[in-house]
Amino acid sequence: MSNTSPPPTPAIQIQGLRKVFGDKVAVADLSLTVESGEVFGFLGPNGAGKTTAVKMLLGLIRPTAGTGRVLGEEIGDHRQRAHIGFLPEHFRFHDWLTASEFLRLHADLYQIPRDRSQKRIPELLELVSLTPHADKKLRQFSKGMLQRIGIAQALLNQPRLVILDEPTSGLDPVGRRLVRDIIRDLRGRGTTVFLNSHLLSEVEITCDRVAFIKHGEVLHVSSLQSLVEGELTVEARVRNLGPEALSGLSRWSQNVRADGEHLSLTLTSEADLPAVNRYLVEAGVEVYALRPGNISLEDLFIQIVGTDGGL
Amino acid sequence: MRSGSSTLTIARLTFREASRRWVLWVALLLGLIFLTVYSLAFRELHSDIVRNTGNMPLIERNEIYNFLLMAGLYAVNFLTVMMAVLTSVDTLSGEIASGTIHTLVSKPLQRWEIVMGKWLGFAGMLALYLLLMAGGVMLMVYLISGYSAPNAWGGLALMALNAFLVLSISLAGGSTLSTLANGVLVFGLYGIAFIGGWIEQFGSLLNNQTAINIGIVCSLIFPSEALWRRAAHEMQSTLVGAIGFSPFSAGSIPSDLMIGYAILYTMGAIGLAIRLFHRRDL
Repeated sequence: MSNTSPPPTPAIQIQGLRKVFGDKVAVADLSLTVESGEVFGFLGPNGAGKTTAVKMLLGLIRPTAGTGRVLGEEIGDHRQRAHIGFLPEHFRFHDWLTASEFLRLHADLYQIPRDRSQKRIPELLELVSLTPHADKKLRQFSKGMLQRIGIAQALLNQPRLVILDEPTSGLDPVGRRLVRDIIRDLRGRGTTVFLNSHLLSEVEITCDRVAFIKHGEVLHVSSLQSLVEGELTVEARVRNLGPEALSGLSRWSQNVRADGEHLSLTLTSEADLPAVNRYLVEAGVEVYALRPGNISLEDLFIQIVGTDGGL
Repeated sequence: MRSGSSTLTIARLTFREASRRWVLWVALLLGLIFLTVYSLAFRELHSDIVRNTGNMPLIERNEIYNFLLMAGLYAVNFLTVMMAVLTSVDTLSGEIASGTIHTLVSKPLQRWEIVMGKWLGFAGMLALYLLLMAGGVMLMVYLISGYSAPNAWGGLALMALNAFLVLSISLAGGSTLSTLANGVLVFGLYGIAFIGGWIEQFGSLLNNQTAINIGIVCSLIFPSEALWRRAAHEMQSTLVGAIGFSPFSAGSIPSDLMIGYAILYTMGAIGLAIRLFHRRDL
């Protein structure tokens, strides 16, 4: 399985994907494209439909409506799953198997020939730092260790697409670093990575693009690059800010908040900053401090998704 | 990439997992205890028979041995059916409930391969258990008294089919119901078959057509007892059948049609399991 020249077709392409359980709409209308070789994050509150969406991609759940292609084939095609690695959020494994036996089982299910899996299994155990535990039964593993063996299982067949549902939720900082490094390494090989996560800081560090999902719909897709280069949050300390001056700021920003001496607003570009400064001064506002900062993913998340869905 | 190999992988996993479970070892232990008790009892009865009926023609003595053998095999049949249910009742429903199924189904294999793999794993185990137990009973009888039943293989095949029938229904139930509901379903069906079998026996003894019909309907609902009665009939010489009624002989003998029905029923149950699991959202 060579990944040096990723195919030009998108790794994932879904259009109008919908899933209804009885009268409950889990996924309303999901459309997105994940390009080959990118690390794509799925962010959203609980119940947004992230896990259901991912299960539809893998053929675990049948869509009520909509179409999709994964690695160029219709979703649900079992043969494509040879090139996909998956770690569910609430993973459970046959815990009476040892780590090596577990990987051997899943290698057999991937139909990897025995001589190849003999070599691959120690490599993967080394990758996830579990070599000393190779002959221990999984029931003796901590949650963090299980998560790591689960990632190893997903990588057995050198997949073109790796789908991770909350990959770092059970891990300590060392474990999270390990996962981050693995994702970075996969990206370097041209593997597409699709991950669901609540940990905004992780998504910020690892992902190229992020989709915000709520109530089973994609609300917004951002490139994290543009988050760095684009929107600014400006914090200012001011006095004498009258209501007229305040309303005038709407010319540059839709997001203005004033609270005593504290003024904050988001600007679409750094270029607006001098103009805002000049405006405030000319309006008679006393400006004591003006601090631009990049909008964090968290701010963007709350802005787009709102605070009514809990994490 | 051969698609059959995934089925075998699942079969091996199922066999290994089933072999680890305490249910299997309890069943084996019970089976061994039974075998021991049975052998001792049979030896006592045998010496009694030889002592008190030294002049009885061999044919008549064999009828008694056959009766005792059928008693032993009746218990083995029951143990095997219990094994079939208790080991397989949660194989699909449990894995679905716990989520263990997710990393299996997301592999490059089709849903039916998982069902067939599980079926093969359990069927293999049940066949082995049956061979051990029934073979053990028949061997002890032969060693102690020199008697062996006619058409033992025919009888064993029907007993095996009985176990496979129960296994198949258990898989069909487990692909869509919870473990508990599945258990209730399978035991319920077996109970209906069991009671129906006795009603039919009494009906044929007392020449009551209604009772016989009720029995037949129960066999149609679940052919398990019908399979045992045919197995017993296969392994009995004609004389016992003629002499009449014993708990282990068939008063009313299930026809070839009923056996064919049982085979189709089993295949239907497997087909249902495959279909239900194929459509299931996981």
